[in-house]
Amino acid sequence: MAEKAIGRDIAPPDLRAKITGRAKYAEDFRAEGMLFAKLLLSPMPHCRVRRIDPSAALAMEGVVDILTADDPMMPEITGVAAEAALTNEPLYEGEPVLAVAAVDETTAADAIEAIRVDFEPLPFVVDPLDSLRPGGPNARLDGNIQWREGQTREIREFKWTDDDFDAAGPDRLPMGEPQVEWNVGDVEDGFEDADLVLEETILHQSLSHHPMEPRSCMAYWQNGKLYLHGSTQSTARTHAALANRLGMDQSDVVLVAEYCGGGFGSKISSAPIMDVPAILSRKTGRPVMLRINRYEETYIGRGRPGFQSFAKMGFGNDGRVTAIDLYIVQDAGSYGSSGDFNTAGTVASLCYQPENIRFRAVSVYTNTPPRSAQRAPGGAQIVAMLEPIMDKAARELGMDRLAIRQVNAPGPDGWLGANQGTLSSCFAREALDLGAEVFGWEERTQLSATRRGTKSIGVGIGISPFVGGSRGMDGLLVIRPDGKLYIHQGIGNLGTHSIADTARAACDVLGMDWNDCEVVWGDTSRNLPWSSSQSGSQTTHAHTRANHAAALDAKGKLQEIAAGALGGSPDAYDCADGRVFQAANPGRGMTFAEAARRAIDMGGRYSGHELPDDLNPMTVASANNLAGEGLMGVSRDNYGGDGSIWSWVMGFAQVEVDVETGQIDLTEYTGVTDCGTVLHPRNLAAQIHGGAVQGFGQARSQKWVFDPQWGVAFAKRFYTARPPGILDVPLEMGWAAVGEPDPQTPVGAKGIGEPPIGAGAAAIASAVADALGGQCLCRTPLTTDVVLAALTGTEQPYRPLETHV
Amino acid sequence: MTEVEIIRDRGPRNYSRRKFIKGVIAAGATVSASSYLFRGPGVLTAGQARGGVERLMTLTVNGQQRRVDVLPYETLAMTLRYKLGLTGTKLGCDRAECGACTVHIDGVTHYSCSMLTHQVRGREIRTIEGLESPDGELHPVQQAVMDEGGFQCAFCAPGFIMSMAAFVEDNPGASRAQCAQALSGNLCRCGDYNKILDSAERAVELMDQRA
Ligand code: FES
Ligand code: FES
Repeated sequence: MAEKAIGRDIAPPDLRAKITGRAKYAEDFRAEGMLFAKLLLSPMPHCRVRRIDPSAALAMEGVVDILTADDPMMPEITGVAAEAALTNEPLYEGEPVLAVAAVDETTAADAIEAIRVDFEPLPFVVDPLDSLRPGGPNARLDGNIQWREGQTREIREFKWTDDDFDAAGPDRLPMGEPQVEWNVGDVEDGFEDADLVLEETILHQSLSHHPMEPRSCMAYWQNGKLYLHGSTQSTARTHAALANRLGMDQSDVVLVAEYCGGGFGSKISSAPIMDVPAILSRKTGRPVMLRINRYEETYIGRGRPGFQSFAKMGFGNDGRVTAIDLYIVQDAGSYGSSGDFNTAGTVASLCYQPENIRFRAVSVYTNTPPRSAQRAPGGAQIVAMLEPIMDKAARELGMDRLAIRQVNAPGPDGWLGANQGTLSSCFAREALDLGAEVFGWEERTQLSATRRGTKSIGVGIGISPFVGGSRGMDGLLVIRPDGKLYIHQGIGNLGTHSIADTARAACDVLGMDWNDCEVVWGDTSRNLPWSSSQSGSQTTHAHTRANHAAALDAKGKLQEIAAGALGGSPDAYDCADGRVFQAANPGRGMTFAEAARRAIDMGGRYSGHELPDDLNPMTVASANNLAGEGLMGVSRDNYGGDGSIWSWVMGFAQVEVDVETGQIDLTEYTGVTDCGTVLHPRNLAAQIHGGAVQGFGQARSQKWVFDPQWGVAFAKRFYTARPPGILDVPLEMGWAAVGEPDPQTPVGAKGIGEPPIGAGAAAIASAVADALGGQCLCRTPLTTDVVLAALTGTEQPYRPLETHV
Repeated sequence: MTEVEIIRDRGPRNYSRRKFIKGVIAAGATVSASSYLFRGPGVLTAGQARGGVERLMTLTVNGQQRRVDVLPYETLAMTLRYKLGLTGTKLGCDRAECGACTVHIDGVTHYSCSMLTHQVRGREIRTIEGLESPDGELHPVQQAVMDEGGFQCAFCAPGFIMSMAAFVEDNPGASRAQCAQALSGNLCRCGDYNKILDSAERAVELMDQRA
């Protein structure tokens, strides 16, 4: 019997292409007569385009056409705070205003220089608190928040009172009327019951996603169909979103996105910039390449929302959290409706299972680049903010810092959020135990705040849960007469290897050899099923389920075909090694190749000519195209389940802080996860470590800086807000997994993309606080100036709530 | 929607300067600082460029002689990607910040985004496409990455692999820490450093076996 694919280290099928230069990313495609597009970006944080004079540009040799927001071909984008690809009212410096297409890029850029645009400056704001002041500027002409009530969504002006600001003073968060509030229990009771109450003002910065590949795209039209080569995390969902934006039928759009050079939440669907080459190409009748460079990516490439916040926590003498009072002011950027703040409240409740919690928040638009989900949106911020407070409490209560987390961590009956929802499974305590063992917590804590020359050693823990799944997607596969299993994946290839790893579920159900399985992905003309978006760590869970369901469907058909031909009941047949055979008499059976031929002859459901009626239309269209090519397995994931699906990573870090320079050296890191069954150990390690590295950047170096006077960005590209390099991380990092399957999902696997980043950020924040003798710095990133001021007891370089500095 | 007046007169014929001069306060200023750009053969014809640099030149890339028309300010990355079809070399920043564009010039690693093609006249250029032997045998570094399942999105991979190849070819028995130093000019946003260093160590082993 073939060795099971799940649980083994197998190089993904696309690796060879990636390391020989053959893998084609969006900017690697060329087409006959291809034009290059260049964007004109807004030079101001908020302004109105009064007039555009492109005449000089259009007169230049080699300039082909211009696209502005008013072009009749531009799609109408509706929805509150929805973002068009081009605008006449830029809401941030760097927002695209227009695009020019020319025979080459230099000509296009020269044309952009020659275009005269009359911009009328409008009021702008980069600090949410400034916008909340009475009479403070609004980021948008119609207001500064997105109001939500029932189905209502509208932009409103939202201000606090002078009294709110006066009561707080300059360095504490003013807490005027919230936009959102929920309570579990009564926090005042909780604080009354507490033996220890801690209160902090905390700033979490906004920061760029900066995937390695900027969001370049190339488009052309053929026979009324749009062909777009793009860089996106998801395939099926991006295809649907693109068609929807352009008002086109999905069958008239072909999206090719076989490879994606990272997204981290910034390319869930990669809208809106794809509209530009798509429409310019339609206008000019020629292929158009829009090459996005790093500079442009800083503006249009999205960022994580920052928080200005207040946190008050009550503890019993046993370390149990009696109350959390949390108030978050979110910097929502210029578009959309980032839900980070809400998720932050939910994650706080899940991590510490407080007896009472009050969550209040307001999400304020600013004239800074658009935000979007960034790996563990809201979760990564809140754990980096609250974990150092847990450390402080442990110290004051004379408790071990691991023990205080154990006391509060949820078990399988844990709850979360305003509605006190339940979990599908939870092995957080087991992960903490395992982490302590692998990291050597007991020995290492002996080193807390000890010195090695000028270095002070600190050890820390960061616990980090995040959503790890969703339900109800479609699986589609075909056993062809060549005897191979073709697993069609509507999910994207964003670097997590999930296109291959989730296909293993199908391989194992059918007892196949992994080498006889082919994954089909990344090009919507290749008949892909409907899938989840590659966000929120849904994919592993959602698509091991969908592929499992489709494989069970195929297995049932194999059994029926064999029983029909060879006698006996279908149940008496089993599948292994590319054959379906009688379990009691393995010699009696047939190859999958033979069964596939029979399925084609039999037609109906066997060949995919009849389909289940609960499939998504995209899956139906793909299945219709594949019908008759072999034995089809196709099914929606109807396994159901209760509770929401959450995975965990517990990060353990050791740092050395140089007391003379404030420099932080991260010397050890171990991440331990509860993400259910392990599909692919080496790849799981990569997620745990890679996410942690991003968390180190979040906690230590990456930030946005805006000139408050002009509202323009200072920290652009990589060099001004550098993500961690190879020398900034430990030479070797550890990992482990609890490996307990989630009982509510057939394979038992949960997602892992999100939780590692918060674990990395929180563990290093906790370790730095430890090296500083238990001081909470209450601010990220922990740049050397901040650390040094804390070490020397001098005034901090920034006020506690000062943002974008 | 704000009203925008678009004046579509092509050329100076119907162009009345007075019409716009009021209120013109900004042009595409933010773009000029942006990046190196690709100039194709579409506008200018080949031949002698300003400054007297011969534009038609022969480059030695992956052991082959390639004739190519190169503008005076063209970067090697642009020539490789847009004129020679060697798109394995990636552009992550275009400004010497990330190493995605790393290639070998006479066996030494260079950021091809930050070299002019005219600087490499007569020198041996090796790109990611030239590491694999013609019969499909992978370079030990590539084999090491296959063995270790290295990289995530792999957009950084060609650059890392070129840096790794130059280093392990010259430094038998290098340690993990030495490999990290050698790779510190490359950035991986997926943060796959642990696996990249596992691959580098494996590459050192494979080089030893081959020697
Ligand atoms: S593209 Fe050359 S160093 Fe980044
Ligand atoms: S693997 Fe994605 S940037 Fe390195």
